[in-house]
Amino acid sequence: MNYELLGITVLWTFLYGYLIVASIDFGAGFFNYYTTLTGRGPIVKKVINRYLSPVWEVTNVFLIFFYVGLVGFFPSLAYYYGTALLVPGSIAIILIALRGSYYAFHHYGHKESSWYQFLYGATGLLIPASLSVVLTISEGGYITVNGDNVSLNYGDLFTSFYAWAVVLLAIVSVLYISACFLTFYAHKAKDKGAFDLLRTYALFWSGPTILASFLVFVAMSRHNDDHFSKMIDLSWLFVLSFLFFLGAVYLIWKKKHLGMSFILVMLQFATAFFGYGAAHLPYVLYPYVTIYNSFTNETMAIALVIAFIAGLLLLVPSLYLLLRLFLFDNEYVEGKR
Amino acid sequence: MFEYDPVLYSRILTGLTLAFHTIFSTLGVGVPLLIALAEWIGIRRNDEHYHLLARRWARGYIITVAVGVVTGTAIALQLSLLWPNFMQVAGQTISLPLFLETFAFFFEAIFLGIYLYTWDRFKNKMIHLLLLIPVALGATMSGFFITTVNGFMNAPLGFNLENGVLTGINPIMAMFNPATPTKMAHVLSSAYLTSACVLAAIAAFMILRGRTHVYHKKALHLSMVVAFVCAISTALIGDLSGKYLAKYQPEKLAAAEWHFETVEEASLILGGILDENNEVKYALEIPYALSILAHGTPDAEVIGLEEFPKEEWPPLIVHYLFDLMVAIGMFLALISFIYVVMKWRKKWNELNKPLLWLIVSSGPLAMLAIEAGWFFTEEGRQPWILRGYMTTAEGATTSSHVDLMLYLFIVLYIILAVSAVVVLRRTFKENPVERELEKRGIE
Repeated sequence: MNYELLGITVLWTFLYGYLIVASIDFGAGFFNYYTTLTGRGPIVKKVINRYLSPVWEVTNVFLIFFYVGLVGFFPSLAYYYGTALLVPGSIAIILIALRGSYYAFHHYGHKESSWYQFLYGATGLLIPASLSVVLTISEGGYITVNGDNVSLNYGDLFTSFYAWAVVLLAIVSVLYISACFLTFYAHKAKDKGAFDLLRTYALFWSGPTILASFLVFVAMSRHNDDHFSKMIDLSWLFVLSFLFFLGAVYLIWKKKHLGMSFILVMLQFATAFFGYGAAHLPYVLYPYVTIYNSFTNETMAIALVIAFIAGLLLLVPSLYLLLRLFLFDNEYVEGKR
Repeated sequence: MFEYDPVLYSRILTGLTLAFHTIFSTLGVGVPLLIALAEWIGIRRNDEHYHLLARRWARGYIITVAVGVVTGTAIALQLSLLWPNFMQVAGQTISLPLFLETFAFFFEAIFLGIYLYTWDRFKNKMIHLLLLIPVALGATMSGFFITTVNGFMNAPLGFNLENGVLTGINPIMAMFNPATPTKMAHVLSSAYLTSACVLAAIAAFMILRGRTHVYHKKALHLSMVVAFVCAISTALIGDLSGKYLAKYQPEKLAAAEWHFETVEEASLILGGILDENNEVKYALEIPYALSILAHGTPDAEVIGLEEFPKEEWPPLIVHYLFDLMVAIGMFLALISFIYVVMKWRKKWNELNKPLLWLIVSSGPLAMLAIEAGWFFTEEGRQPWILRGYMTTAEGATTSSHVDLMLYLFIVLYIILAVSAVVVLRRTFKENPVERELEKRGIE
């Protein structure tokens, strides 16, 4: 495996990590607000907060990690995406800033406020939508490169069937992933009320999620033929993803092996996400930038890989400790600590 | 207002984001040290007051951390959004420290989460205290790595530039550039100093408000002692920074001191104003002091601005920023010294009103000095974004919406600042120490 491929694989894995942990967080914010509105807030609030409080900051780091790594391994991308994405990027930053701080204000401040809760819930759906723009424009067709100038064609973007399909998929899968995880967590917490409610959410959002996935396929076939045909070559991954989906929904339906069901959800998204990513290669921004023509110098690549391995040696045990204390500790999850 | 110029707007927006972020990141680096000290003293002396102090400081700290995290995210992404051309070049040399900074931050975030949610979970209190070590270490390391990036922009090293192509890249050399040691030490020391001053100011304010509980006195004492030690070390390191500038960035030092001609036995200029002909008026001149500051001997030669082409001069207003920073630094050292002496001489009352008011002022002043220092160092390397290699104008975006983004971010920072103050005030006002002491059954 060459460094370029290694680099993009590592980054893709981090983006996948962000997709999972951030979805749980984003969806939880939405459910938190929605249940409060409908008077069922107290049922799920405890479960949501017990999980989220110690980990919200870590979630944010996954995104930064992906971004810094991307700039590090592929500095030219900073130029293309940086110039084109000023407006959507800034909007995403503002949403992330509001979300992070209002979570803390709401949670650590003395009094809870429904306005803070609303901000936290609403941004949870807007952020995935704004971030998905990056994936959308990576397909090409939305930016103009004119000599030294890169610009985003907002008209093309906002009228694009493909772009809206991706936004839809981002939002519904956030709700689906989050509900599946919280169902599992409520089950562990032996909180029957929360479990029953969250389970209906998980089942409810499973339908739109799989429909939106098919919609993106259809949209892709119209938008970027090259990418679509490569995805067809990797169709076994997407079939596998669908099977994982069926398995997960079946287990949630039967209220059995909920830990396993969430692992199946993760596998469902892992196979689809890596399938999508692998088919996109070698392009990072179709058709201008490939992983080869934007790659950093070799010295830096080696340094980054070494730093990455050293960092993982530090991070993995720490993350394990975090999970051990707040996710796999039954007494904590049940609220006894 | 201005004609639209993406370079100007990018500079203003970056400056704004960093100025706002610096307030929270400085506390982010400094406060864990004080929390750790309070908890440690609490364990050693078996004093519940110090435990509560650590708890309450941590409770306020998490609010500032949240704002620090989100504004840090903002500046990280803005680097590419506003300075895409710079990142394309510099990304080849500085991505290692940027990457490592993220690791350090990750490490800190994990353990901060654990620390905040395990106050009563471990039987041995020492274990809980030990959790702060990775927090403080992570905060310090991320401060270190990001400062090396800034050092690199001031003193680029570890690459060759031939016809616009970077070759011979050495990321370690780029990280440990000549600016790194003094910059790093000064940043850390002043962050501890500022955090201590801010916490001391709160305690002093409480005492002035007539809160007589010994808890407040303990809080004041701990933070003032830390402030004193750090004020001394910050001043000493500041002197080393002056010597660094004289050797590697003489134009920055010369601009800060309005030192135009290269002479020996150079004198230091305090205050004053500059007229159109670059004549200094109403200033206080201290003979030989600049030579001592720059090279350690009174007769040393100090390079003046005239040695540089005029278009490479930093803006001369940096003199005011430099003076402001130094003056506040001296003031902080002085009042913390007075406090320590008065506390030490049992007969004297260190809790007299004038001194307490001075201590209250030290918190905001210290933060102002941090801002002045950063604006001095950043403005002082203009017109360069990479000194000697790339001007700021060459690094900026060409996008046509930077002005709109600037206004959006101004609104965002106002909202964040107001909310953070409201939340912090309410948190502590509605749950005063006295009531919490009672509730926890401490007395």
